[in-house]
Amino acid sequence: MNITVLFLREWRVLIRNRAAMINPIVFMFLAVMLFAVGSPLQDNTRALYGGAVLWLIVLLTNMLSLDSLFRRDFDNGTLEQMMVTADVPLLAVLVKIIVQWLGTGFLMVLLSPLLCLFLGLPGTAIAKTALLLLAGTPALSLLGAVGAAMTVGFARGGVLLGLLVLPLFLPVLVFGASAVSSEVAGISANAQLYWLAFMSMVALLIGPFATTAGLKISLQL
Amino acid sequence: MALKQTLKELWHKLGSPRWFYQISGPWVTGFGVLAVLLLGVGIIWGLAFAPPDYQQGNSFRIMYVHVPAAMVAQSVYISMGIAGLVLFVWRMKVADIAIAACLPFGIMLTSLALFSGGVWGRPTWGTWWEWDGRTVSTLVLLFLYIGIFALREAILDSQMRARASALVAMVGTINIPIIKYSVEWWNTLHQPASITLTAKPTMPAEMWLPLLVMVLGMYCFAGHNIITRMRLEILRRESGTRWVRDLVLPESTLKGSG
Repeated sequence: MNITVLFLREWRVLIRNRAAMINPIVFMFLAVMLFAVGSPLQDNTRALYGGAVLWLIVLLTNMLSLDSLFRRDFDNGTLEQMMVTADVPLLAVLVKIIVQWLGTGFLMVLLSPLLCLFLGLPGTAIAKTALLLLAGTPALSLLGAVGAAMTVGFARGGVLLGLLVLPLFLPVLVFGASAVSSEVAGISANAQLYWLAFMSMVALLIGPFATTAGLKISLQL
Repeated sequence: MALKQTLKELWHKLGSPRWFYQISGPWVTGFGVLAVLLLGVGIIWGLAFAPPDYQQGNSFRIMYVHVPAAMVAQSVYISMGIAGLVLFVWRMKVADIAIAACLPFGIMLTSLALFSGGVWGRPTWGTWWEWDGRTVSTLVLLFLYIGIFALREAILDSQMRARASALVAMVGTINIPIIKYSVEWWNTLHQPASITLTAKPTMPAEMWLPLLVMVLGMYCFAGHNIITRMRLEILRRESGTRWVRDLVLPESTLKGSG
């Protein structure tokens, strides 16, 4: 199968299955709202915790959307056909992960001005936050795909998926949150930005291989 | 050349659960005796004879349990990752049995490390629990253990379970250093490790020698416990085979019952 064909197919599935794409994003804004309502009214506390909450919500939203990454294709048999017929199954898997990232991580980058606004982060932090999300979210999609591949065979894999992937997401939260708070304090967050990019690179090195292996296990190929 | 040949043969034999069961009997005894000796000597030496710390007084003695538990807990996870690799590359059944045996022991030791850390933290830091870098990385280790445990519980097919847990153990092992260093840079109140392989210890010999004995003892205990669990698991899995039946019910009794 041609990579372009694969990519276009995945892209159309993403666009036409609007609920799967929009629901996690709605969840994200809902979570932001709940945090804003639950936190004390003084603005400074919200800015203080804004970075941590932003990344925490990004982590959870990503996890929710990962649950449906392979599910539908697994249930109707497309996934098995794809793994059997693709010249390089690894590339097919990578394409799926990239499209999943476009639908969550990249969408979050585009929405980051809104997120920053709602969380009370200063306007000066918006550009850097977008850049941080751009550097950090690929790691979430790539590592999370491993968990999604392992749990796709279970009818209710959601909680187990969280148990498997959230510990692996921890470094992204650490550097992402500390980057936002140092940016808010006026200190350059370049160091954390490079760390996030590094983690995405490591995830790119492990993720697709482990996901392909995981799918083969789940499909019993 | 001869050595290489012997190693190769040993490697192939290791793949057979039956052979592993037959060879590992003396290992259990050896590790067990060593563990009792080392842990016994270490605990008496550490609790009764090591000098009190000039700042922490006697409460530092919890270290003699805490440090070995934390160290071995990490090592056990890494050995699980290596067993996962062996299973994935060579499809060795014994590797899966090793993962199954490491899990409960690792969970137990990680919990012990967290609990003893809390008991030590109360008089020293003034709190039972602090979100400190090394505490968090140990807690994450516990979650990684529980994740594999839950995955194994969820999969019914034994071959699928073996490969799935092997893969997750490998991915977890690769991520352990990243998680560990990221949380340690994030926030640490914990004192840095006093004993490393590369530098001179920062405490006097009367204090670290018992600790060393305890660490070695804990490794022997791990060997004893894990191999015992593996042997039991082998007997359970091979319970339908002739050699297990012959082992459990010796021939004379079979003849007697007719």
